[in-house]
Amino acid sequence: MSEIAKEKDMQALTIGLQDELIALEAVRVREILDPVPITAVPHAGEFVGGLINVRGNVVPLADLRVMFGMERAAMNGDTRIVVMEIDIDDEPVMVGVLAEKVRDVADIEAGSIEDAPKVGMRWPAEFVRGIGRRGEDFIIIPDLERIFAAGTEQAAA
Amino acid sequence: MSMIDPAEVFRQEAADLIETLEQALLDLQQRPDDREIVGLAFRALHTLKGSGAMFGFTAVSDFIHEFETAFDRVRKGEATADRSLIAAALDARDHVSALIEDPDADPERGHAILAALKAAVEGGEIAGEAPVAETPLEMGEPLAEPAATSAWHIRFKLPADALTLGTNPLLLLDEMRDLGPCEVTAITEAVPALDRLEPEECHITWDVQLMAAVERDVIDDVFLFVRDDMVLSIEPLTAGEAISAHKAEAEAPAAASAGPDKAPASAAPAAPEATAQTVPAPAAPAASPVVKLVEAPAKAAPRTERNATLRVPAERLDELMDRVGELVIAQARLSQLAETLKDSALVNVAEEIERLTSSLRDTTMGTRMVPIGTLFGRFRRLVHDLSEELGKPIAFVPEGEDTELDKTVIEQLADPLVHLIRNAIDHGLERPEGRASAGKPETGTMRLSAQHRGAEVAITVSDDGRGLDAARIRARAEEAGLIAPGQQLSSDELNRMIFEPGFSTASEVTALSGRGVGMDVVKRTIDGLRGSIDVETQAGKGTTVTLRLPLTLAIIDGLLVQVGDSRYTIPLGAVEECVELDARTEADARGRSFLNLRGDLVPYLSLRDLFDVTGETGPHQKIVVVSAGSMRVGLVVDQIIGNNQTVIKQLSRLHSGIKTFSGATILGDGTVALILDVLNLVSTGQKREERGRMERLGRAA
Repeated sequence: MSEIAKEKDMQALTIGLQDELIALEAVRVREILDPVPITAVPHAGEFVGGLINVRGNVVPLADLRVMFGMERAAMNGDTRIVVMEIDIDDEPVMVGVLAEKVRDVADIEAGSIEDAPKVGMRWPAEFVRGIGRRGEDFIIIPDLERIFAAGTEQAAA
Repeated sequence: MSMIDPAEVFRQEAADLIETLEQALLDLQQRPDDREIVGLAFRALHTLKGSGAMFGFTAVSDFIHEFETAFDRVRKGEATADRSLIAAALDARDHVSALIEDPDADPERGHAILAALKAAVEGGEIAGEAPVAETPLEMGEPLAEPAATSAWHIRFKLPADALTLGTNPLLLLDEMRDLGPCEVTAITEAVPALDRLEPEECHITWDVQLMAAVERDVIDDVFLFVRDDMVLSIEPLTAGEAISAHKAEAEAPAAASAGPDKAPASAAPAAPEATAQTVPAPAAPAASPVVKLVEAPAKAAPRTERNATLRVPAERLDELMDRVGELVIAQARLSQLAETLKDSALVNVAEEIERLTSSLRDTTMGTRMVPIGTLFGRFRRLVHDLSEELGKPIAFVPEGEDTELDKTVIEQLADPLVHLIRNAIDHGLERPEGRASAGKPETGTMRLSAQHRGAEVAITVSDDGRGLDAARIRARAEEAGLIAPGQQLSSDELNRMIFEPGFSTASEVTALSGRGVGMDVVKRTIDGLRGSIDVETQAGKGTTVTLRLPLTLAIIDGLLVQVGDSRYTIPLGAVEECVELDARTEADARGRSFLNLRGDLVPYLSLRDLFDVTGETGPHQKIVVVSAGSMRVGLVVDQIIGNNQTVIKQLSRLHSGIKTFSGATILGDGTVALILDVLNLVSTGQKREERGRMERLGRAA
């Protein structure tokens, strides 16, 4: 993922979390699932507190809202699980990312992506790679590698 | 089918042969006079040379040729397999491995090794003449025949599948003709009638009269590579007996009607150029031609085994295991479905499939089981080398070599065991002087053993050295900041410090160990294999490190239990029994969590508490009694659901920090259940209780 965000146009799957739009890099997305039974992992912390079965594979389920300090609304009919591949310590790991709503696939032009402002944000700045714009909307481009690295530490602690 | 790289085939084969060679050399050191072992080593060398040349590894085959020439003298009994020779031969073996990897590897070293080898051979020689002897010498041998005869009677029959396996009897006959004039008769009485004849099978017995004054060994050599399953007799021949014996046999088969004396054996597929020119002088009247049949299969293990086994790429076995894993999951779904639908026909089929799946699972896992002896073999060399290097005589005692373990486990065990053995030899065992003054035999003992214990395999590495120095470990651990000064530690915890990264008590750093890397590798690998390490030590008596490992990493039998809304699997191998937690026990306990199990006090932990499950408990909680290390612990669960086959899925890196679970599995209804790591679970539980106690005490204070 590294530098793609700023140099090239980014094709993104946009999901809704609370009232924010989040862009997930489309090439990393494997599939989008309807909610499935989630197995809680005791002592794992809230960020990756569950496991799901994705075609016979046991996949951890992450909730980005935890890392962004957002409110966690209960699942509803719009809830989806985006299965994607994330590099953790340079090894690809399959994870599920909880989405309150899956919006659409959009191209975000490189020119429209700006650095995350250091102030004035509700979320930890180091977890945001940049802010894209589409029309009137702002789209958060999260730094998933960092988020997961931090989340792993949290789980191990 | 993918293309198989011939060079790769050779490498694999060579690896086996080199292994055989090494084992033989090490055995030879203990029993220098064992001709069987010498033969084994020589055959390995010879085959290596041959296939090396065939696959274009000329550097390898050239080097081995020299190696073989030198070693041939040992085989001929002209040199003894003493220490220096074994050492040189082992170096040569290493060089062969190097050459297989890289044909240009260090030619200088090769020359040096060969020179050393030659020197060792010459040094051990009895009579100091004859340079690299190609021709057989007339000197007596340990097993020599009474006296050299001028003619031999040889009779051999190849195993039925010899032709299929590529043996050409004509070449054997030719080779004998090279030794001297031969008279060959084929005895065809065992050949079945045409309608039952399997053309690829070999049923002919050959009878050869060799008119040459050669050593018996020279004739033996002709059969060196086919010997194992064949029937072979080699007898000295006296003139009179020769002819009569020959006559009797030659006349029996209808085909051979030729005269007794100058009979070209027309029945044999061999070229009938054998003319017996001289029927030479009689010899050895004492040696009557008792027909001594050498029936080999019993003793010729390596070759027969080779025929019965199949080389399969490891990935294919892994793939098979994966498929079986998926099948097990699908079968669980089927069983669940059958139960819900209550259709008796469907239930029957589901049960049938369950039975088949579980036997398929066992068979598949069986194919992945490898005796640990393959691994132990490597360490003989390691111990031998270290013993030489450090000047500490060591007896290496492997035990339980036929204990089987999953191949992936075995592969990963190599490194940790190397570290443990090195450490024991370098730090544990004292020098001979030290041992003598401590009243111990000068030769140290290094014991490596493996044995099954329930669903686990215990591998112990023990030495009879000086034992761990508790004071020094403590000092070092404090220095390295691993523990606070004066911190209370059980001896067990203290001993375990040696597995912490960066820890080393060796006052001097040797080439072998003392740098503090290594032992933490042991811990990391064993953790990764879901195993555990115990250290026992007695000052002055020695140290024993026990590695406990699960039998397999793929599928286990599990006991499915319910705690709150979640289900968990407990490895069945760890489960001892299940009992009811009656209200009385619970009320009685009043803060003590002990269970009276037929007079034994068994502590128990509530999984509800441990997993922070809220909500009402059911009225009939159960206790699953498990063995955790050396103790028994009860685990309180809401419900016991039953046995299930558990396909272990590793947890992702995101959850690698969580030790209470060894993995997860997918149940029949498609949900995920976590597999409890009993040992870690219990220690986590203990820590929690301790913390709770401290808090209570804190509050009270």
